[in-house]
Amino acid sequence: MATGRRPRRGSTTASLLTGSAGSSPAATPAPSALSASSPWSYAPAPESRDVAQIRSRYGLFIDGKERAPSGGEVTITYNPATEEPLAEIAKGTPEDADRAIEAASRAYRKVWSRLHPRERAKYLYRISRILQERSREFAVTETLDSGKPIRESRDVDVPLAAAHFWYYAGWADKLAYAVPGRRPESHGVVGQVIPWNFPLLMLAWKIAPALAAGNTVVLKPASTTPLTALLFADVCRQAGLPDGVVNIITGPGSTGMAIVTDPRVAKVAFTGSTSVGVTIAKGIAGQGKGLTLELGGKAANIVFEDAALDQAVEGVINGIFFNQGEVCCAGSRLLVQESIAEEFLARLRNRMSTLRVGDPMDKNTDVGAINSRAQMETIGELVASGVSEGAEIWQPACDLPTRGWFFRPTLFTNVAQSHRIAREEIFGPVLATITFRTVAEAIEKANNTAYGLSAGIWTEKGSRILHVANALKAGVVWANTFNRFDPTSPFGGYKESGYGREGGLQGLHAYLRSS
Amino acid sequence: MAKKRRQIPIPILEPIEVGSESPRLEVRRTPKLYIGGAFPRSESGRTDQLALKHGDLANVARASRKDMREAVRVARAASDSWGSKGAMVRGQILYRVAELMEGRAAQFEADLIAHGRGRRAAAAEVSAAIDRVVWFAGWPDKIPAVLGGTNPVASSHFVFTIPEPTGVVAIIAPESSALLGLVTRLSAVLAGGNVAVLLASESAPLPAVTLAETLAVSDVPGGVVNILTGRRAELIPHLVRHADVDGYDLWGCPDALMIEAEQGAAEHVARVARRPHGSEDHEDAFDGERGERIDALSAFLEMKTVWHPIGS
Repeated sequence: MATGRRPRRGSTTASLLTGSAGSSPAATPAPSALSASSPWSYAPAPESRDVAQIRSRYGLFIDGKERAPSGGEVTITYNPATEEPLAEIAKGTPEDADRAIEAASRAYRKVWSRLHPRERAKYLYRISRILQERSREFAVTETLDSGKPIRESRDVDVPLAAAHFWYYAGWADKLAYAVPGRRPESHGVVGQVIPWNFPLLMLAWKIAPALAAGNTVVLKPASTTPLTALLFADVCRQAGLPDGVVNIITGPGSTGMAIVTDPRVAKVAFTGSTSVGVTIAKGIAGQGKGLTLELGGKAANIVFEDAALDQAVEGVINGIFFNQGEVCCAGSRLLVQESIAEEFLARLRNRMSTLRVGDPMDKNTDVGAINSRAQMETIGELVASGVSEGAEIWQPACDLPTRGWFFRPTLFTNVAQSHRIAREEIFGPVLATITFRTVAEAIEKANNTAYGLSAGIWTEKGSRILHVANALKAGVVWANTFNRFDPTSPFGGYKESGYGREGGLQGLHAYLRSS
Repeated sequence: MAKKRRQIPIPILEPIEVGSESPRLEVRRTPKLYIGGAFPRSESGRTDQLALKHGDLANVARASRKDMREAVRVARAASDSWGSKGAMVRGQILYRVAELMEGRAAQFEADLIAHGRGRRAAAAEVSAAIDRVVWFAGWPDKIPAVLGGTNPVASSHFVFTIPEPTGVVAIIAPESSALLGLVTRLSAVLAGGNVAVLLASESAPLPAVTLAETLAVSDVPGGVVNILTGRRAELIPHLVRHADVDGYDLWGCPDALMIEAEQGAAEHVARVARRPHGSEDHEDAFDGERGERIDALSAFLEMKTVWHPIGS
């Protein structure tokens, strides 16, 4: 561990964040495998931030132009790793939403719906190319604004975003093949609200299929992570996309509600919490709009006794610590077969001890900063509930930076299914372990949740994979892998994890209606 | 045998003229609910008098909230077994329903006529309804090929997407298309592997009652389809808030109840299908190609995507 790199805060961090856990002996961080003498220590490898030209102030992107918000108010977006302000962001109002919808509506009627589908495709290919060309700029901006490790924004978020535009570009002039025997039509203006955990990627998941299907877009990024969406506005300009086809409105949730409930918006797509999803669904009830919801999750990652254990450990680590666990499909419940639980947990703790938590801009960082102070408090509160409800907490002894919002990777064992940490979405680097004896018990426990977004299965037995995958009520099942995404592959949930799919042909269907 | 029987004198009676002037008294049917394969009256004991053509009256069971809850309970119990049936078997069971409807064509026609349909229109609707069930009977083993597939991901994984049934679906059947609309929406839900709690047309419930009687002797297991008659305004607000219902086909939901229905469904993130843009609740809304759609089928399918690495 490069001890000189980051100021130490010592063990107080954990106790501050986990409430009563601090006084519990179980919460005392274990010795780190990353001590200075360890062969695991890495020299700092910071990514340069020069490539990202973050301006001091951003307006709204309406009708191809940058506009000041009608209310004249701004909010500040912070770098979660340093708590330093990055830029002033326009606080869009319902009046701004109205203007954006008007622009999108006009662009739909006069330009986008009249364009030959082949030309629509070419705009999307252009956007994909520009994202690839400016990938470093996007990755750095994303990491500065969201706190996710640069390794992830560079290798996952940005390439996948570009791939989504590439994939859907090809659909734009092949829609007749998407709905065989029917005449597919676009909806018109689409209203989209996206979360802060994958700001650019969620934008791509939303905008790419919407435009390919022939719709125009009004999108509201999350209030804590608007920068890549505003940078994307610049990509639209660079691609020569006709004015009004894409409009980006930053602002609070109420502005998002103004967008989705507007009668001129024909289709709504939302990714975020189940409670906000329900509010949106109720808000547009009776309006006859199309709606897709990608909501919360509490995925079970099931490890059977015959699993390749080291691979399973890696998969479980990736499942819960990828993007600090701020992932709706995170494998936040570890279901491990009783016969191997002890050995598996030992290997898991060992691996957790080698996780590098810290500066997201460091290319060696595994776990970056939590997106906001509010999210830190949510995680801390739920972790405290785990301790008070009787689960056993364990955290590795990694150093955390003194500034910024960082949360120590956390493992809970002896978790009951009734514990809040086993039922509620934590959206943080917190893993709750539950054991099981039989396949049937594993399935029962995995399905014992209101959510149904994703699940993981670790076993070397093929027939068991298919049996368990079949029985799990989850939209994405990763067998001997986890947290894989691809534009050709649909993503979305069962039950209270929402409805509709993003990605693939199924993701395109959400943006079409057929007569 | 050989012995000659003693003759018994037979009394000679005056002949009575029977049946020449008063026709045979019809044995009327009691229209009941259909829950869990049985035909209960409403637990509430309530019925609604419904005026039929020629001045007849039918006492139609007026289902209560409790009947509705019971229907959801038995539907849930039947859900796993129906949803996991082989696709071809499900198709054959649906086809069998069509076979049995054919045998009851006269009854269905009489129901439609009793609700005011012309003789010719009634016959045409019954034929179309039987054909519609056959159309859907062919779907279960083709849905995965049309709506699912394998996904050519960039990484070294084998990835496939399969549609699975959502679970328990409540159907507000079309009000005007009392038979064709009814079987169209119901067959779609069943073909997808879902089980149904169906609220029949309020003004024309008899075809639904006859359909229940047909289903009862078909191979559709009890509980897979549950049919309630009664007042929509009374039942819909509670049906849409029942947390154990996974989806709602609101095609036949009255406009006045639509906002409330969708809000109720939203509260527990239930899936919703509804009338497509521009279509009205008319008698002919499901004629021909207008009814040969899979929107009520695909609305209640969950796409499950399974990933596995490729390696040696």
